[in-house]
Amino acid sequence: MAQQERFDWWAAEPTGRKAVLRSPVGRLAPGRPAAAAPAEPSPVDLPLPDTPPAVGPASAVTVGSMASAGSATGAAEVYRAVQASAPFQDIRRGYRGFVFPATAAFLLWYLLYLGAQAAAPGLMHGRVAGPLNVAWLLALLQFASTFAITWLYARNARDKRDRAALGLRWDTQDQLR
Amino acid sequence: MTPTPDPHAVHGTTAQPAAPYLAPHPAPLTTVPPHPAPAPASAHSVVGTLTTGAHHELAIVLFAVIVLITLGITLWAGRRGQAAEDFYTGGRGFTSLQNGFALSGDYLSAASFLGVTGLIALYGYDGVLYSIGFLVAWLVVLMLVAELVRNAGRYTLADVLALRMRQRPVRAAAGTAGVVVTLLYLIAQMVGAGSLVALLLGTNSGLAKTLTIVAVGALMIIYVTVGGMRATTWIQIVKAGLLLVGAALLTVLVLARFHGDLFALMRAAARGSGVGQAYLEPGLKYGASATSRLDFFSLGLALVLGTAGLPHILSRFYTVPTARAARRSTMWAIGLIGGFYLMAIVLGLGATAVIGAKTVRAANPAGNTAVPLLALDLGGGSGSTGGVVLFALISAVAFATILAVVAGLTLASSAAFAHDLYARAWRRPGSREMTDRQEVVAARVAAVVIGAAAIVLSLFAQQLNVAFLVGLAFAAAASANLPTLLFTLFWSRFTTRGVVWSVYGGLVPAVLLVVFSPVVSGAPSALFPGVDFHWFPLENPGLVSIPMGFLAGWAGTVTSPEAADADRYAELEVRSLTGAGAA
Repeated sequence: MAQQERFDWWAAEPTGRKAVLRSPVGRLAPGRPAAAAPAEPSPVDLPLPDTPPAVGPASAVTVGSMASAGSATGAAEVYRAVQASAPFQDIRRGYRGFVFPATAAFLLWYLLYLGAQAAAPGLMHGRVAGPLNVAWLLALLQFASTFAITWLYARNARDKRDRAALGLRWDTQDQLR
Repeated sequence: MTPTPDPHAVHGTTAQPAAPYLAPHPAPLTTVPPHPAPAPASAHSVVGTLTTGAHHELAIVLFAVIVLITLGITLWAGRRGQAAEDFYTGGRGFTSLQNGFALSGDYLSAASFLGVTGLIALYGYDGVLYSIGFLVAWLVVLMLVAELVRNAGRYTLADVLALRMRQRPVRAAAGTAGVVVTLLYLIAQMVGAGSLVALLLGTNSGLAKTLTIVAVGALMIIYVTVGGMRATTWIQIVKAGLLLVGAALLTVLVLARFHGDLFALMRAAARGSGVGQAYLEPGLKYGASATSRLDFFSLGLALVLGTAGLPHILSRFYTVPTARAARRSTMWAIGLIGGFYLMAIVLGLGATAVIGAKTVRAANPAGNTAVPLLALDLGGGSGSTGGVVLFALISAVAFATILAVVAGLTLASSAAFAHDLYARAWRRPGSREMTDRQEVVAARVAAVVIGAAAIVLSLFAQQLNVAFLVGLAFAAAASANLPTLLFTLFWSRFTTRGVVWSVYGGLVPAVLLVVFSPVVSGAPSALFPGVDFHWFPLENPGLVSIPMGFLAGWAGTVTSPEAADADRYAELEVRSLTGAGAA
């Protein structure tokens, strides 16, 4: 019965776009449906219902366990719809867009640094200042880059996706109820 | 270790600073081995010991105080709740700051505190090089793992996999990998603990080491079975606080000694090392041959990719309420661990500058006592009250470090066993699910059994050179756990068979390659020096086994008869990125 109800508003026109969707980039997204959902017949926009606007931690607690019932078609449909929705694609792009290049960059930088010890010993011995040589400078730069990437990542997460992810969380949990 | 021509033995031209507190016992100085020192954690091949005296008696008193405090924490925590949630996660109520301290407590083992500083003291720049991998690794944890794992899982790594895969095979694989990785790490820590405590107490008797291993093992079993994650976390927090305060205190004293002039410290350390400028350049330890350079590269790769696959680190993210808190606790951990390694550089250089590499090496060929000796000197020497107190304090910090790390490992191991293997993977499909209560009982029993097994194995391993085990644990985590986790989180087509192949395809080569490497046979420092069946040239298997883990995961997926379940990937993706339905 519950499933039938959900299906009803599902088919209805998505009207109630919430605060989460305010990002203009998100609206351009549906052209690229989730790569993970090739079988999805029609990449629908997130059909957020108007009715339950309950945004708050209180609504989260009760739903937690039932969300794990991934096999139940109702829950699966909700997750598929959320996954295909513009705000989610936005969060995902914001996350991957930072994390993948940053990971590649710091791994490459670390492995180059590691390899340089063996490959370019002459360069590593070059004096920089006082007893400090290039090898030490690079070592200290590894520390600095680690701290810097940590800070950049945190800033990116805070500014780009924290708020949207939280909104989407409550929305998703509302739909699952 | 590959035979390294030891520069210290060749040109020990620079004058060594005097070491008055060793005067009554000049004998150890003559026992400096002409061949290379073993790897950092292999404290068991102790040649010289410290002088026995007041500082050891005070150290014993402080050790007892630490045991009492930790037992008090355990009893208090045990009364706060006994549900599965309490046992595995401590109730998920820790703050980011608390969990950040606990993460660094879990990560900074005695091998870091004493081993890395000793390595820097003896090998200068190459010691720094070694420590960097441990820090950079946290970026993988921060960006790819912490938040997503917190959102998608409940207690263990396998929870994340089971969200989109068939539960029993993936739990069997990931649970096995979890137990193997933690057990390898645990044995390395416990064998190290035996020799370290003996070293700090100034004895070299086999009985003291055996007793230490048994006592440390018994304590860790009590912490875990009685106090669960809540006690373990608080012990980590206390220990991390002690460790950082102790390191900061010594750092300030070293800097004061050199009037805040870091260049002066570096020059003095180069003089004290006996090898001059070479001390500040790469190659003193890891530059002997092409093989040893490649070996170090392999170790570096394992360190950077392995941290994010260590079960006892991953389970920490479940102790905080949200993914945001998981991120913030990782940031705290990066700050604390980075700060610690920066201080370790000052301490290592300081030890060589103040007391000289020769004395450090004489006390312990791996340099494990560099920091306690430095503390003794900075406090005013062995006769002075300040020296005695500082030495005993630093020894007690090292002891607390050992206890906390083994407790964290035992807990992670018992969780992998009870939650993944016993309660789920080994259940017959038709049988009833275990209740939470039964599962926690199983986890407690598992902690006792695993702890007992670790004690027995460590007692057997005591006489062996097990320094390679830490590197192997990181390599196994990087080869078996990380590919599985990353594919599961980011690759929509990944399948159950991919998980299983990736776990075993990384774990088995990692262990097998070590069996056929020079650390097990065919080298003077090998586990079994008498025989030679080695054909793999590197001591750390990471360079080969990590790509194999990724490759096996890919191969298992593309040959899989069943396609990936797009619905369940959608669920994992939405849950991991938004936190919907998170425990």
